[in-house]
Amino acid sequence: MRTPTLAGWGGASVPGREHVGEDLPALSRGAGLSRGLGRSYGDSSLPGQGVEKVVSTRLADRLLAFDPETGLLLAEAGLSLVEVLRWAVARGFWVPSVPGTQYVTLGGMVASDVHGKSHHRDGTFGRHVRSLLLRLADDRLITCSREENSDLFRATLGGMGLTGHILEVELELERSPSPWIWGESLRLGDLDGMVAALRESATRWPFTVGWLDTLASGRALGRGVLFRGRWAEPGEAPRQLPQPLRRRSLPFYLPEWALSTLSVSAFNRLYYLRHRRRPRPGLVHPEAFFFPLDAILGWNRLYGRRGFTQYQCVLPEGERPGATRQVLAELAASGAGSFLAVIKDCGPEGEGLLSFPRPGVSIAVDLPMGPGTQALVDRLNGRVIERGGRIYLTKDTLTRREHFQAMEAHRLLAFLEVKRRYDPEDRLRSAQYERLMR
Amino acid sequence: MKVAFLGATKGIGRALARLMAERGDRLFLLGRDPEDLERSAEDLRLRAGRGEAVAGVASLDLEQPGTFAPALDAAEQALGGLEAVVVTAGLFATQDALEADTELARRVLTVDFAHTVLFCEEARKRLLKAGGGTLCVASSVAGERGRKPVVLYGAAKAGLTRYLEGLDHRYHGQGLKVVCVKPGFVKTGMTAGLPVPPFAGEPEAVAAAMLRALDRARPVVYAPWPWRWVMLVIRHLPRSVMRRVGF
Repeated sequence: MRTPTLAGWGGASVPGREHVGEDLPALSRGAGLSRGLGRSYGDSSLPGQGVEKVVSTRLADRLLAFDPETGLLLAEAGLSLVEVLRWAVARGFWVPSVPGTQYVTLGGMVASDVHGKSHHRDGTFGRHVRSLLLRLADDRLITCSREENSDLFRATLGGMGLTGHILEVELELERSPSPWIWGESLRLGDLDGMVAALRESATRWPFTVGWLDTLASGRALGRGVLFRGRWAEPGEAPRQLPQPLRRRSLPFYLPEWALSTLSVSAFNRLYYLRHRRRPRPGLVHPEAFFFPLDAILGWNRLYGRRGFTQYQCVLPEGERPGATRQVLAELAASGAGSFLAVIKDCGPEGEGLLSFPRPGVSIAVDLPMGPGTQALVDRLNGRVIERGGRIYLTKDTLTRREHFQAMEAHRLLAFLEVKRRYDPEDRLRSAQYERLMR
Repeated sequence: MKVAFLGATKGIGRALARLMAERGDRLFLLGRDPEDLERSAEDLRLRAGRGEAVAGVASLDLEQPGTFAPALDAAEQALGGLEAVVVTAGLFATQDALEADTELARRVLTVDFAHTVLFCEEARKRLLKAGGGTLCVASSVAGERGRKPVVLYGAAKAGLTRYLEGLDHRYHGQGLKVVCVKPGFVKTGMTAGLPVPPFAGEPEAVAAAMLRALDRARPVVYAPWPWRWVMLVIRHLPRSVMRRVGF
């Protein structure tokens, strides 16, 4: 019989089994790590050495309280974003700061302090979290918020589940004028054009994001397509609610030759040319706009059994611009670029002690695992350190400890101090924690 | 529909109660832990967008038959009558665990057979008095054939299935609609940690099949549907084969 394994979204795995059940408060006793839907790419949701009990939160999915006046929702941590939105949209609400997939749990969104197309306006998900109920490593139950145990609260937003098991999340939903998006896309021929367009759009559009052709080089380096949108006004939108989009799924692993530099380059060119230079605004389905990745379930199998990782970094572009250009040039030269590359201008830093976003430009690129991937990530991390940037733990598989500690010297110390306060015996450990932080 | 629901806090029952609340049924929740019942009641009210989706909750422990009648009385009173009674609660343990622990085996056999039947008897009396209604009970494919991994659990479920069959024959003419649902392997907290066989179902899909069966008063239904054919084959395998195979 095959030994059961726990795996990250990119395919990294360790032997082990989830403890699954509806009663999360009971289940989390004595556990060393909680995980939700397993959408973090690398080893964030894989247990560290000697961690015996890994809890799955996904059956703890009850709504506990809601105030339609204020939009304040209390729910169990395993509730998925897809369920929250299905429910909230029918009532005229939306979740501020959603990531690129709906297949994440509320607890996972807190642990990663996710961000999205509205980061320049709404900040990270954590900004909209009012309070959390945690089970600490010593089995105590504790509530934390900005007023109560605020050190724990700040360490838990973006704390990768290392401060305690998140049992309940209280968050503020926002009202939306309609459940539909009014949006447009436009094609931009180079990086300067893309960054300028993102900046300019941020002043007028609540949702912006860019797709990059990472195989374009030379003068076309950084060319891509900018997507921007806002909520449709009731007059612009159809009366009916958007029905859930039909999902296709990829039921098997694609052979590894299917995604070669040649095929990806061809795809990127076609995709780029399909969009116009001048935007034509129109009505867009919210799922298609916010969650394009969810159109194909199990798309992680596109990369075959070798698996993949995502490299995501944010680079300050204030006094010394040019960091983004260096990173993109490095990627283009490696030929490892994929058809999924995303650029986004980030707003101010949030409250989470280890949260990823900071002012600057964020780049995210899928990289199929191969013999050169580690060296490429090392080179990219070198650039990021040089330029004072940082990487996103939720996506990371290959960063080296010394690189991470060079990027995060101060923030990591502050985080570990709080972790030690609430978990002095270091019982809560992920494989990523042991790889990068200990 | 006015429904007394035993087992709405977990697994298939949780998914089924959500479907029923969302479409406008009125539920009354029965179960062991009143606090947990209240949390599920609030979840159902919020999902339904109606406070009256759940009329109330009452403690009922399948290990204590004395709790059955008062809990059903409370349900009847709060709902203003009863049109359906749904049972998805039960105990499960692996064959190895049951063989190693006689007390556990006694509990599983008692809860899943004798006490579930006694609860159904209480429900039957009330539904018949009201002129008829639906009794929808989750049994299991484990009761279809004596099989190595489910000797004891399967025996209890086989008894339950036979009881429901007899009930249908005896009271169908008086307006009692008995629905015996036989879930195959469903990915819930109950089956967590077991190796997942082919045709394993998600609780939401099984709950949807269960609701269709309940609405159409189908006496026997398998969910997910392939299990009907899987069990047809298994029922006809000769003893010499059953002795050798692992399922």
